[in-house]
Amino acid sequence: MKSGFSGGAVVSWLAGVLLVLPVAAIFYTAIGDTDELFTHLMNTVLPTYVGNTLVLVAGVVLLTLIFGLPAAWLMAMCRVPGAALLEWLLILPLAFPGYIVGYIYTDLLDYAGPVQSALRDWFEWSQPQDYWFPDIRTLGGAIVVLSLVLYPYVYLLARMAFIEQSANLLQSARLLKASPWDSFRRISLPLARPAIAVALSLVAMEALGDFGTVSYFAVQTLTTAVYDTWLGYSSLTAAAKISALMLVAIFLLISAERYSRRRQKLFQKDLRRPENMRYPLRGGKKWLALIWCWSLVLFAVGLPLLQLAGYAFDYFLASWTREFRDYTFNSLLVALSAAVISVLIALVTAFYRRVVNRRLSVLPMGMASLGYAVPGTVLAIGVLLCLTTADHWLNDVAGYLGWGRPGLLFSGTLIALVFAFVVRFSAIAVGSVESSLGKVSPSLDMASRTLGYGTAAMLYRVHLPLIRRGCLIGALLVFIESMKELNAALLLRPFNFETLATYVYNFASDERLELAALPAILLVVVGMIPLILVNRSLEQQHL
Amino acid sequence: MSTALKIDRLACNYRKQAVLEDLSLEISSGEIVCLLGASGCGKTTLLKAIAGLLPLDAGTMTINNKVVAGDDVWLPPEQRHIGMIFQDYALFPHLTVRKNIAFGLRHWPKAKVGRQVDRMLELVHLQEFGNRYPHQLSGGQQQRVAIARAMASEPDIILLDEPFSNIDTQVRHDLIRDIRRIFKAQGVTAIFVTHSRDEAFAFSDRMAVMNNGIIEQFGTAAELYFQPRSRFVADFLGKGSYLPVSMQDNGTITTPLGEHATPVRQEFVQGQDLEWLLRPQSLRLRPDAAGKGIIIEQTFMGDSCRYLVELDGYRLTVNSRELLAPGDHVELLVEPHAPVLFETA
Repeated sequence: MKSGFSGGAVVSWLAGVLLVLPVAAIFYTAIGDTDELFTHLMNTVLPTYVGNTLVLVAGVVLLTLIFGLPAAWLMAMCRVPGAALLEWLLILPLAFPGYIVGYIYTDLLDYAGPVQSALRDWFEWSQPQDYWFPDIRTLGGAIVVLSLVLYPYVYLLARMAFIEQSANLLQSARLLKASPWDSFRRISLPLARPAIAVALSLVAMEALGDFGTVSYFAVQTLTTAVYDTWLGYSSLTAAAKISALMLVAIFLLISAERYSRRRQKLFQKDLRRPENMRYPLRGGKKWLALIWCWSLVLFAVGLPLLQLAGYAFDYFLASWTREFRDYTFNSLLVALSAAVISVLIALVTAFYRRVVNRRLSVLPMGMASLGYAVPGTVLAIGVLLCLTTADHWLNDVAGYLGWGRPGLLFSGTLIALVFAFVVRFSAIAVGSVESSLGKVSPSLDMASRTLGYGTAAMLYRVHLPLIRRGCLIGALLVFIESMKELNAALLLRPFNFETLATYVYNFASDERLELAALPAILLVVVGMIPLILVNRSLEQQHL
Repeated sequence: MSTALKIDRLACNYRKQAVLEDLSLEISSGEIVCLLGASGCGKTTLLKAIAGLLPLDAGTMTINNKVVAGDDVWLPPEQRHIGMIFQDYALFPHLTVRKNIAFGLRHWPKAKVGRQVDRMLELVHLQEFGNRYPHQLSGGQQQRVAIARAMASEPDIILLDEPFSNIDTQVRHDLIRDIRRIFKAQGVTAIFVTHSRDEAFAFSDRMAVMNNGIIEQFGTAAELYFQPRSRFVADFLGKGSYLPVSMQDNGTITTPLGEHATPVRQEFVQGQDLEWLLRPQSLRLRPDAAGKGIIIEQTFMGDSCRYLVELDGYRLTVNSRELLAPGDHVELLVEPHAPVLFETA
């Protein structure tokens, strides 16, 4: 059957291939080229970096589980006072960039900070040798800080899984005289295991790809190694080799996640738990539960937000600068371009899939979604590899034609930044568009065809209006993620160009975050928007 | 009566599996035809092939004397002038009832569109609902909007895919009667697909019983019910009992219920063992303490009773107005009819 969508097919495949290129380039370079620097690193520091990375990932996974799982179970299964507020306060830490939280705790806990000063006054110590205090700017500190901002993944997905478990199962368990602990251990936990595994693999990927926090704490990991080999030694090849190493780790993590998800069909989805089915909490247990949940909120949201507000109050004029306004505009420009392009790509690939129902037609969509798993720093290397090659070709061709040398048209401009964001975040737009397109019954397509509409007219008159909301949400999420993205921006921003994220990070790493308090608050607030959206849509599903 | 649709030796494959094979069908204009069969028999595939939503692998198809599919010809659905009604109605949720109905009229002059939409709304008795959205209507009302939308552009044929399966049983029969009345009044040619013989009986003029990608038999409901040409058709259309009989040379058959005359049938030879199909309506029973039949089961159905009767070791299903209890003795009589015979399986 003629599809009448051949233009769409070409664009779909083109977009798919283009978005896969950076990853392909990393492997191509990593395998193809030899590099002395990499051998040298391999023999000297790389084993330490790998060790640090492993400890970091394992530590963060463990600690997010300890933070998130009890909170999830309490909120899903027990009657906690003030649950409506607590439920979504517990998600908010995700909005904080780790390096901001790290900076704030360093400020609070280092030798000159209020905590140690107070202790010294109290115990009348006078110098560092008089007492022991943990140093936060270490691998351990990085683990704690990253866990504070990443535990909501575990909390969110585990809570969902607990809520979706059939109330009948738990009622049966109670009739069979299982205590709350019994039914958690023997029913809820095993049933929620796939969801928890998904959450932990997300946490692991975030921890593996984190640059801001570890670099602020001067902890050497593979991510900082990629950054240093490129900016310090200017070796793209060595950077590509380390990146390839990380991609293999990511691949293993994703495989583990897929593997644990294969049993997710077991979940029973519908029954909303009646309020009186929740375990009542009394006396000491109630206070323990409250202290646990509110401590998480206090340490992950409350203190950092208060401290930022304090900086902003004290340094309002100093941080209300022209740079702040210029860089906000820069960020808006880049994020908006990335959002529009991502949604266009999502639309074309999803429509192509819809109209051409062949086994291969789903592929462009998958290719466009691949970048989401790639850490920003790694992706930046891939983008650099592609775009510098493109620049070389362009300059060669231009030189041959006698048009002079256009220079670094791709790799040295905003194009690189937007391209990287599109590669990294298209998956969000594709997911959003795809899921709303999936809700449009296929019989609407057939009805439109029999009513005399060709493919293009049908997509414009029927599908586009119906998935408008999905497009908007997809665009909004890509926009926000692009505003916040630091890792790729640090490597790819053009000379003398800052985004909000790189601007705030630079101040933090110069120990002057106070002077960037306003942009930091803006970053956090912008990051909260998708969390509120997500929580609202979860609640609507369960009404 | 002119021919509205002619299908000649059509074949359709899906992933290299034959779904429809060597299928021919001819439908007159103004006729309502039902494609009846169990799920997976190919009835929906045939409907989609007619609409142009699926490609053909062989055969030709003609709508109102215009070839729409055949050698080197394949018209896409938007050029076939066909209306289609879907199981989920496929109303556009972002458009009002009026805009849904006008959707297929985009090349008409504006004033004419308004008049046509008004006419359609009146036809399906939804005059007050023109500015509502589909989700504000009941299932039956949505169904009527779908019908109005399909009829608005005055297509050559209207196709309906399981149109009544989402409607409550209580209102289904009224709706079927209403729609049949509308179609007949407007002279619409319609083909609809269902797996329910009750819907097929109530809605269609003629029906095609399908099985494994072929049409087993095409005819009126009474023809198919009382004169099925295959056991499949016989069993699909209703309850029946089989008795072993043997063919005599004088055109009679010897049966456990005595000798019966039968028109001479070329396909059976003398002395051949055959099976005789008996519908519950073709049998009559009379309470008789000396009768050979014994009631095994009674099912009360309101206007009559259905009995399972054992006779010489055979079990027969019989309809009767008599009120009898299991264990009662009865005599079985055969209503005069042309016997339906099949080769012994």
